[in-house]
Amino acid sequence: MSDLEQFRGEVRSWLEKNCPPEMRRPSLNEDDVCWGGRKPSFQSDAQRVWLERMGERGWTVPEWPKQYGGGGLTREEAKVLREEMARLHCRAALTSFGIWMLGPALLKYGSEAQKRKYLPEIARGEIRWCQGYSEPNAGSDLASLQTKAEDKADHFLVNGQKIWTSYADRADWIFCLVRTDFAAKKHEGISFLLFDMASPGVSTTPISLISGKSPFCQTFFHDVKVPKGNLVGERNKGWEIAKYLLTHERESIGAFGITQIGRSLGELAAETVGHDDGVLADPLLRAKIAEFEVDGWCFLLSMQRAADMAKAGQGSGAYSSVLKYYGAELNKRRHELMMDGGGSDALEWEGARSHDGKAAREWLRSKANSIEGGTSEIQLNIIAKRLLGLPGA
Amino acid sequence: MPLVLSDEQQMLRESARGYLAEQAPVAHLRKLRDERDDTGFSRALWRGFAEMGWAGVLIAEEFGGVGLGHVEAGVLLEEMGRTLAPSPFLSTAVVAASAIGLAGSAQHKAQHLPRIAAGELVAALAIDEGAKHKPSRIALAAARHANGFRLNGTKTFVIDGHVADLLIVAARTAGGIEDKQGVTLFLVDAKTPGLARERTIMVDSRNAARLAFENVDVTADAVLGEVDEGAPWLERVLSIGRAGLAAELVGAGSEAFDRTVSYLKERRQFGRAIGEFQALQHRVAQVYDDLEMARSAVLKALQTMDENLDGAGPIASVAKAKAGQAAKLASQEAVQMHGGMGMTDELDIGLFMKRIRVAQELFGDVQFHADRLARMRGY
Ligand SMILES: Cc1cc2nc3c(=O)[nH]c(=O)nc-3n(C[C@H](O)[C@H](O)[C@H](O)COP(=O)(O)OP(=O)(O)OC[C@H]3O[C@@H](n4cnc5c(N)ncnc54)[C@H](O)[C@@H]3O)c2cc1C
Ligand SMILES: Cc1cc2nc3c(=O)[nH]c(=O)nc-3n(C[C@H](O)[C@H](O)[C@H](O)COP(=O)(O)OP(=O)(O)OC[C@H]3O[C@@H](n4cnc5c(N)ncnc54)[C@H](O)[C@@H]3O)c2cc1C
Repeated sequence: MSDLEQFRGEVRSWLEKNCPPEMRRPSLNEDDVCWGGRKPSFQSDAQRVWLERMGERGWTVPEWPKQYGGGGLTREEAKVLREEMARLHCRAALTSFGIWMLGPALLKYGSEAQKRKYLPEIARGEIRWCQGYSEPNAGSDLASLQTKAEDKADHFLVNGQKIWTSYADRADWIFCLVRTDFAAKKHEGISFLLFDMASPGVSTTPISLISGKSPFCQTFFHDVKVPKGNLVGERNKGWEIAKYLLTHERESIGAFGITQIGRSLGELAAETVGHDDGVLADPLLRAKIAEFEVDGWCFLLSMQRAADMAKAGQGSGAYSSVLKYYGAELNKRRHELMMDGGGSDALEWEGARSHDGKAAREWLRSKANSIEGGTSEIQLNIIAKRLLGLPGA
Repeated sequence: MPLVLSDEQQMLRESARGYLAEQAPVAHLRKLRDERDDTGFSRALWRGFAEMGWAGVLIAEEFGGVGLGHVEAGVLLEEMGRTLAPSPFLSTAVVAASAIGLAGSAQHKAQHLPRIAAGELVAALAIDEGAKHKPSRIALAAARHANGFRLNGTKTFVIDGHVADLLIVAARTAGGIEDKQGVTLFLVDAKTPGLARERTIMVDSRNAARLAFENVDVTADAVLGEVDEGAPWLERVLSIGRAGLAAELVGAGSEAFDRTVSYLKERRQFGRAIGEFQALQHRVAQVYDDLEMARSAVLKALQTMDENLDGAGPIASVAKAKAGQAAKLASQEAVQMHGGMGMTDELDIGLFMKRIRVAQELFGDVQFHADRLARMRGY
């Protein structure tokens, strides 16, 4: 038996022993996931236990080095872990911007002290992070951000406003882009700061979404004092870190394109439109679903190929835009098809039968996939300019 | 297995690209077309392919081949797609060599494979009977006769059919025309009396033929595989052909695409390169994405074929469907973005659109494969 197969056996028995049965069912809605944090709100005891056990092994972040709280697994081992978790239908123990976004950036750009302080907290789900990038006048054109951080000898003094800050009202810390040089060109005066959302001068106001949830906020900074040691990388060199982090954010958003691909849309649609001579009774819907599944399959393989190319040294950061664009559009397509297949059942907004409008709310939420993390149009600009070398843009 | 080409496979690609650029650039196809060449390909080029080891790429060394795999054959097809190189490579070296190698008797292999590898034998698969690919429907009848079979019926869209020395014919030996059971594959010498072949001149200037069988008699040892049990063999051979065509489509689509991106950088209107216009930028970026998706599926299909051919049916369909869609889009946008030039015969772009149209039709178009996958998934 190969080492990998032996590892698979160990993983399987560990998961069978340690993953609570409640954590082997799909989450009911957007709130039924575990975000961790200083004041965690666990939906169940099982959720807490599952996070503790996975956090302890570092399997919330299987590929991070052990000294930073990770699992220290190779890419192949991490794949085995994912496969075994999928086989048992285990939920992710932790949903976290720290894992998807900040962690990879700190691993690359953080000081040793920063890695030792922040990464284990992320791995164990002890600190919940939010992302302070967008501002009212800096969305797609992120580099025109105006939130300023003044050098006050022993600290930075931060003033300004962020917007669309997901879960700012529930986060413990923020990774924030600030302007430290107003004279320099717009990309060259930006720094990457970390600070505690409990600092005096930080306030948040929730914004409601079309899905009826209010997961994001306006975030205000008024004379917030931030220790000098909380600067990541060099001052005025934050843009490079910001972009690197975005490639990770984009890959995670793109990955929404493949979740749930196991349950065929065709099966779902069959419940409402029925079968006719062994095939879905609505031929046009059936055709769209089939095309969607072809594309979904290709997307899954492209995610794998991108990872393999990166490992073989053939990768390019801009490739994350290919996956972000395609995955976001794919996920929107899937939700449109689920609405088509669901008919009036999928239009229910409240009540137990529809799990409080799960289908409709997820459909509406999916529209953000092509906006958050850089819009689809911005991804196409990046592909045209960086991958195809077209002028202007 | 990682979804990337190995170093050896990349070297094969480089050498194929160099060879084809020299020996079979697009001008080569153009010349055959303009001269109305009867053979439809160059025997000298085909001998060259044999010398390079390409004609025997999938043939075991004991039969004179080089014994490489489907990924390597796909790499070659992708490069042939880039220059639209016409040759019996797909019909003979990929499809027929696989059929004989998989289903053939020891005698079939010894008799035919070395000649294919040497570039001496052209072989063609005769499967379709109507204008749309439908391998589940085989009407051409093979009735028991003397100590063999007598074939009656017609075949169409037989690639290289009019120049083939040997035909692999899917025929009905039992059951109704839609039955899965009762199909048998026959190896038929192209000179057998009663067989009439008519070349059909196609939009892509590549070879295809209609075949009419009128009391064509073959002996029992012409059966490839077992009597009545041809369908599973056909399925495997078609998967191989589909993945190969998908590779060719990615090559042809990518070449049309690359030429278009270059054109957008050169062509100036309104005082600037038209590649500055976002209306065009976004569309080429989308084409690029689709081609990348197709490329992933094609590589996976080829790898799967080398690892577990019997499990490769679904992924071959995914690859063929996506490659067909992506390459068609690439060629349509290529014509559009070349403006008036794109409509001219002088520019190669139109030739790419024509070949892609044919290759996406052969062995099942996008709809065929999407439908097939939907059925496999129970809807
Ligand atoms: C659900 C959700 C969660 C989010 N979470 C966060 C978060 O946690 N932290 C954070 O900082 N931000 C967050 N965002 C903000 C997100 O990053 C921005 O919304 C996004 O970058 C777009 O900026 P904008 O909304 O200002 O749109 P705009 O930039 O004003 O864009 C409006 C439209 O114009 C198009 N457009 C703009 N520029 C161009 C161009 N050059 N070429 C072509 N088209 C163009 C856009 O594609 C878009 O369609 C979130 C957004 C959503 C929807
Ligand atoms: C069959 C045929 C018959 C014709 N007959 C005649 C005729 O009788 N008389 C005559 O005078 N002309 C004729 N034309 C020429 C025709 O009008 C031009 O081909 C057409 O105007 C496009 O110009 P172009 O070919 O130079 O393409 P280009 O202008 O070079 O365009 C190339 C590509 O760039 C795009 N593009 C260009 N500018 C922009 C922009 N600002 N924004 C976004 N995209 C842009 C175009 O849409 C096109 O896709 C004919 C053309 C054809 C194909």
